[in-house]
Amino acid sequence: MPTTKTERLGIKISDDVVRVRQLTRMLSVEVGLGLVDQTKVVTAASELARNTLDYGGGGEVIAEIVEQGGRRGVRLTFEDKGPGIADIEQALKDGFTSGRGMGLGLGGAKRLCNEFSIVSAPGTGTKVTIARWK
Amino acid sequence: MDRIPILKFGNALLVTIQVDMHDRLATALEEDLTSRIVSNNARGVLIDISALEVVDSFIGRMLDNIAAVSRILDADTVVVGMRPAVAITLVELGLSLTGVKTALNVERGMAMIHDRLAGSEADDADDED
Ligand SMILES: Nc1ncnc2c1ncn2[C@@H]1O[C@H](COP(=O)(O)OP(=O)(O)OP(=O)(O)O)[C@@H](O)[C@H]1O
Ligand SMILES: [Mg+2]
Repeated sequence: MPTTKTERLGIKISDDVVRVRQLTRMLSVEVGLGLVDQTKVVTAASELARNTLDYGGGGEVIAEIVEQGGRRGVRLTFEDKGPGIADIEQALKDGFTSGRGMGLGLGGAKRLCNEFSIVSAPGTGTKVTIARWK
Repeated sequence: MDRIPILKFGNALLVTIQVDMHDRLATALEEDLTSRIVSNNARGVLIDISALEVVDSFIGRMLDNIAAVSRILDADTVVVGMRPAVAITLVELGLSLTGVKTALNVERGMAMIHDRLAGSEADDADDED
């Protein structure tokens, strides 16, 4: 899948979550996503960036504009070297939280995007990839 | 740290959120509003989010918390001006904000607060009979 643009952003403090939202918005506009789709992918990005910060102990996002079969989309990869997730199925369930959240971030981000994948294991960190196509 | 200003409007408080808030700013607003409801004897809180392009689970929870706390303190919270794209996204995220009253704009939100106050005053008058 060809990538036409790549941006990287560190996620270390809560202001970085705001920056991730802004970067995602900018790329979504560039790709030509409609307003509702922009809002969905920015919201998903916000949830995942906060998870990276709060549970992953910080990390980074790689934000790309990708092209496939004449379609363009935004793809975001959130990566951290934190404690990882032992039970991914449980973490994805709405309402499950190990902190003080509502347990909506992961499941919500999955619903708000066209593609969602998660790779995580205890001790090695977590990598979550989402994409939204035009 | 920056703080979001809270204005007093008769017996109501008005907050207009104009920036993309980071989490600490949202938490500070929640605390500030709680103390202002008490110190100003406020009976209503209007939160104008018409400038907000995104409401994620953190901001959503803040709105829910403010509504719940204000209810206990005998004040009504009305969230006004939510953008349609935000409303659609919140539902898909799984946040229904059932405890939060909403209105299209500040005028209607203020009218909701006044209607409730008028209603509770009428109840008080009934009680005295
Ligand atoms: N990057 C991560 N590293 C380690 N654990 C994570 C990570 N992301 C999520 N988790 C785990 O998955 C759980 C569910 O995450 P999710 O985002 O769905 O809910 P939450 O963050 O707890 O609450 P909310 O997002 O609604 O505020 C978290 O409570 C946490 O235990
Ligand atoms: Mg979360």
